[in-house]
Amino acid sequence: MHRFSGGDKALALLIMALAALALLVLVGPVLVVLITSFTTSQALRFPPPGLTLRWYQELFDPVRSAQIHRAAGNSLLVATLTAIAATALATGAALAIARSRAGWARFAEGAFMAPLVLPGIAFGLAALMFFSWLHLPPSLWLLVAGHAMIAGPFALRTIGASAAGLDPALLESSAALGASPWRTFRRVVLPLIMPGVAAGAFLAFVSSLDNVPVSLFLSSAQTDMLPIRLWGMMETALDVRVAAASGVLVAVAFTLLLVMDRAVGLVRRMSA
Amino acid sequence: MEARGVWRLALPLGIAQLLFFAAPLLLLAGTSFSTDENLTQTSLRAWREVVGDTFHIQSAINTLRLGALAVCATALLAVPLALLHLAAGPVLRRIILIAAVLPLLTSVVVRTFSWIVILGREGVINTTLMGLGLTSAPIALLQTEHGLVLALTQIEMPLMLLPLIAAMARIDPALLDASASLGGSLFRTLRRVVLPLALPGLLAGATLVFASATTAFISQGVIGGGRLNYLPALVWQNAMVVFDWPLAAAMALTLMASVLMVAGLLSLLGRGARHA
Repeated sequence: MHRFSGGDKALALLIMALAALALLVLVGPVLVVLITSFTTSQALRFPPPGLTLRWYQELFDPVRSAQIHRAAGNSLLVATLTAIAATALATGAALAIARSRAGWARFAEGAFMAPLVLPGIAFGLAALMFFSWLHLPPSLWLLVAGHAMIAGPFALRTIGASAAGLDPALLESSAALGASPWRTFRRVVLPLIMPGVAAGAFLAFVSSLDNVPVSLFLSSAQTDMLPIRLWGMMETALDVRVAAASGVLVAVAFTLLLVMDRAVGLVRRMSA
Repeated sequence: MEARGVWRLALPLGIAQLLFFAAPLLLLAGTSFSTDENLTQTSLRAWREVVGDTFHIQSAINTLRLGALAVCATALLAVPLALLHLAAGPVLRRIILIAAVLPLLTSVVVRTFSWIVILGREGVINTTLMGLGLTSAPIALLQTEHGLVLALTQIEMPLMLLPLIAAMARIDPALLDASASLGGSLFRTLRRVVLPLALPGLLAGATLVFASATTAFISQGVIGGGRLNYLPALVWQNAMVVFDWPLAAAMALTLMASVLMVAGLLSLLGRGARHA
């Protein structure tokens, strides 16, 4: 691919131009929302007429933004519980699938990944119908159950990739040396697959924190979730606090991305 | 951990999925064939309303069209960017990967909000166009289909880009050198070597983007606005405002069946290409 003819040069230029546009489209909106969060204007004018921290002050005001704070607290709690549940369930399943070549394992893998493709809005409605049919009142536990179903595949993918790389000989020698299955898991398996487990737990956490379709149906006034609250603020009156909240979320996501990438090679795991 | 009883480790997830995923979906299907949400009597009323009403049919067509447009738009930009990633050095590769992952980790509400700022009357695009003197009055981008497709291009692009990059990473660099040294032009190398090998990634990405764009309730509602009707908004209205659960269930299943059909078609396409 080094000796470019005239036609090749044009094609290479076209590819470069589209790739540059793709980078701009991916990153531009993130920068726009960051800059907008410092605007002095009541309207969403871009570029902003002046810069101020006013919207961040309003966002962190414990009285005026109490509802947002409660929703954020609920979202963090549900995301933490979802990450724990999804990671535990997915770790077991990933080890079983990695150690079996039987047909059921391929089928189970397909079934476990299904929530990734099925429309979230259909599952959200189905979950609402199911819990109301069981006469269960809205609660954060129901949100955890619903979120864990959607977050499961994210955890299973990275943990499964780690588990597939386990050398069966290691497990056999651990057993031959008299270690119980639980001890083998704690001392041999878990340390080896830990980076995949950590990446999976992180992705499950983020998937729950961002979840809209399930929360849309399962959250209530008492169990308000952050994305649903922000959506309400965008739909009714345009509230510039949404920009400040977005700024906080972008900063948190970027920091976590760098930390998780350094710790467990998150970016590599998400692109393999 | 003898390999014999190892299937038991998959049991907890299997049971959880049957209980909290499969059972609710079964109930959803049951409700769609019922007169009300208590499943008192079977009835085809909801399905007749979905199939017999041109407004509902049009909304279903709009939704599928939106999914198809999102797939085309994300592929148009993600394929060149994945090719650049393939040819790039380590620093540029890292920049591209972080650019791909960062939007995925920021809430979809944030991504939708940023497009309101970009597409609005006083937004980035209109100020730029008016500053360049290309238009004298702001053009309408919010509440239009092309505005929504533009926003979904960014919102969904990581889902297309990451599988493409993963598929291209498996291409042996020696193959590219061989093709070039045998006199293959860049165009021929891309068409005959790179794209066939990247096809599984493209199809996986297309499935994920289609599934995500058709169910993107908040982006569709906030950017598409009230003038464009899509199935997710109708599902939500009928379930939470009108309280017609059988109709909401029938619409949700229509959306689900369409997505599964497209996913099945794409996977058939992938199998066909492998045997060709």
